[in-house]
Amino acid sequence: MTAPMVSRRAFAAAGLALPFLARVAEAAIPPNRKFVVVICRGGMDGLSVAAPVGDPDYRALRAGLALGDEALRLDGTFALNPALPTVHKLALSGQARLAPAVATPDRARSHFEAQDVLETGAAGVYATSSGWLNRAVQSLAAVGKVEAISVGPTAPLILRGPAPAGSWSPGRGIDTTARLPTLLQDLYKDDPLLGPALARGLATEALARESGAAGDTSMTGQMRPAAGQGRDAAQALGQSLAGFLNAPGGPQIAAVSLDGFDTHANQAPLLATRLASLDALIDGLHTGLGPAWKDTVVLVVTEFGRTARVNGTGGTDHGTGSTAVVLGGALKPGGIVGDWPTLKRAALFEDRDVYPAFDMRALEKGLLADHLGLDRRALDAAVFPGSADVRPLLGVT
Amino acid sequence: MTRKDLDAAIAVTRFGLGARPGELDTAANGPRDWLKAQIRREGADRFATDGETSNQRLAEFREYRQERAMARQDKADAPAPAAQPDAPMQTEARRPATDPVQAARRFIRENAAGDALGRLQLATETEAGFRERWALFWSNHFTVSANKVQLAGLVGPFENEAIRPHVFGRFADLLAAAETHPAMLIYLDQAQSVGPNSRAAEFQRRGGGRRGFGQQNGQPRRTLGLNENLAREILELHTVGVDGGYAQADVTEFARALTGLSIAGPRDAGIEGVVFRDQTHEPGARTVMGVRYDQGGNAQAGAILADLAARPQTARFVCTKIARHFVADDPPPALVARLEKSWMTSQGDLAKVAEALIDAPEAWAPQPAKLKTPYEYVVSSYRAVGQEPRGLGQVNAALNGLGQRPFGAPSPKGWPDEAAPWAASDALVKRMQFAQQLGAVFGPRVQAPTKLAAETLGARLSPAVATAIARAESRPEAVALLLMSPEFQRR
Repeated sequence: MTAPMVSRRAFAAAGLALPFLARVAEAAIPPNRKFVVVICRGGMDGLSVAAPVGDPDYRALRAGLALGDEALRLDGTFALNPALPTVHKLALSGQARLAPAVATPDRARSHFEAQDVLETGAAGVYATSSGWLNRAVQSLAAVGKVEAISVGPTAPLILRGPAPAGSWSPGRGIDTTARLPTLLQDLYKDDPLLGPALARGLATEALARESGAAGDTSMTGQMRPAAGQGRDAAQALGQSLAGFLNAPGGPQIAAVSLDGFDTHANQAPLLATRLASLDALIDGLHTGLGPAWKDTVVLVVTEFGRTARVNGTGGTDHGTGSTAVVLGGALKPGGIVGDWPTLKRAALFEDRDVYPAFDMRALEKGLLADHLGLDRRALDAAVFPGSADVRPLLGVT
Repeated sequence: MTRKDLDAAIAVTRFGLGARPGELDTAANGPRDWLKAQIRREGADRFATDGETSNQRLAEFREYRQERAMARQDKADAPAPAAQPDAPMQTEARRPATDPVQAARRFIRENAAGDALGRLQLATETEAGFRERWALFWSNHFTVSANKVQLAGLVGPFENEAIRPHVFGRFADLLAAAETHPAMLIYLDQAQSVGPNSRAAEFQRRGGGRRGFGQQNGQPRRTLGLNENLAREILELHTVGVDGGYAQADVTEFARALTGLSIAGPRDAGIEGVVFRDQTHEPGARTVMGVRYDQGGNAQAGAILADLAARPQTARFVCTKIARHFVADDPPPALVARLEKSWMTSQGDLAKVAEALIDAPEAWAPQPAKLKTPYEYVVSSYRAVGQEPRGLGQVNAALNGLGQRPFGAPSPKGWPDEAAPWAASDALVKRMQFAQQLGAVFGPRVQAPTKLAAETLGARLSPAVATAIARAESRPEAVALLLMSPEFQRR
């Protein structure tokens, strides 16, 4: 079954709604601004992303895992993991900044609670069932339409909620000569779950064709099964996402997940492959976006960091503070984001973790305010409910 | 259509894995009795594999590892090849025709693929759909995912050896079998965890074990110590749940108690699989969730597991999951209470809990509240057309695309059991593609699509869908419409 090209006309003829393409130029956010959140699931070890090689306690705490000369120097204290050359290059030209001691408000060290808090943006666990990025889209939609997309086969919590959001993952493309999509849309017309989802999925497929976002992979089915895991797959995924973001009328907000950061044992090689994927994803986005990179902010976050000390199996256990990365073509100059609490024993959280010195929501609120123009009231009440006491960190971008 | 017809459709689609031709008629004789007859002490069916046990697969993996080490050694010992930029064919030719390492890797992958296919075929063929769904639920509750090469060949045997025999027995036995299976010990990193004050760790601190513990291929030695992954996930995911009333100190204490539990290595001559090493067990009494455990050795973790199994928080947490899996993402509290009561009065007898689920009126609400997961959707599609997948290739591509790679759950929490993550817009398009594909392959053999729809959904078939199928322009289109209908997507 080969999939012929889908044209906008074919879809219009089929009577399908094209939410992305029908958008008019009344966007609430500056029209070219793009915002991408990358979630590294499993608890990414911040001390291996931005290693505090200049911290006097680093080497002793991290025996066996400490980075040496191979680390990519950033300043007198921090160096990046050698698996992150793209991030390093961007950082040296002021297009990437590290926040080395961030955390969500959650302290339970459970992946699933912490991911819930990370994605809902709530002050506590299971407080709401929608994601903060979805509510950001909803808040922006009050002034003008903005589209959002997640990349991957399942819908991430961060983009679930009242505002419609599309999703895309590599695939074979659809057979547009079939009547099935139209017949199904009719059968789904009163179905609140399946109806909107299918309409949006078909529209995204159309957009993928128009923008070339899917590239060759979706036409030939060459994309490897575990998309997003290998370096090449991650690079291709970044490129595809860039294609969507660049498409006229395409989404401006996006979420991507990378798995496999739960490194309890034999951490160094495992984490190196995951970070290489992250780096490749960033590279794919950066090169794919081209000139639009200057209007783009990418935020890389994880649910929690890992223990400051190495555990008994060459890995690290669930911790608290971790590292976030902000990237983009229009970042303001500056060093690390937030304070570095140091690795002094007295400074460790509960004598085991990197201290959570900086509330991740402050960074997220600041980016949404500076880059997308969301006002404080929406940020405090709707996007991050109950966060009035968390001041947005302005001026990163 | 009578209430009994509707109950038959619910029994087969909500409790079971979807109707095969004729199944609805059988169930209609007495839907509840039909379900209860599937409960049996000996557990769920074991799916077909090549017959190898976990321990055999572990031994094979060790051979593979030794061969890999030898291959690396050969490479290191070989003299540096002279620069021959214009003779690449020669180096190619010198490589053995069948690289033993590559062959072993392929073998492991084939093991896993064979297991996954056997599992799929059981689900598509079985006449006891409820029994199979019940087994799938427990397999997901005790997730082991093939996220390491070593695990690829173990996930299947794990389910057959540790889960399926116990799913209608006592929860305590199921828990013990799952947590002490080699696959779980590897997946959650228990195999390498060592008590910081154990004899092995003391020995290392005194400078012993130059070739012993911790020395890995000339890599710097790691300091032997705890890994708390298994302890935390047992508490959080397998027993009392994250709100079960434990703290970080309990996790660490439990991790200490679990030390010693490991996998036989090359030096354990004649032993395969799980071993308990007294010399790596953390000595002393432990306190977990307020209970002191004075036992030494292996009995300590066993006693903690038994107590965790008996706690009411465990009954609450697991019964909520059962209700969510079978009935609704947000399950009726009355249903959860019923299941909990049967769990507590029967001391975690899972056959009694299964009966309580069947007897619960809340489980028979006419409106289907559950969206099928990709696996359930694919399995029930094959069942609807009365076929089974002959090879993994096609099914694998569909399941990968839908985000549910066989044996590849994304985390120890297992696959999501709610609609929201599976109802991504892209996923709907991919479900449609699968329906089209299956319709194209099997549709031409379907004599009367309207009859197939009635046999598949029974009283749950809506007039709108029945009409659409009757008006379809081809049999493939009719089958695809059936599989994509709102009522087939739900259960």
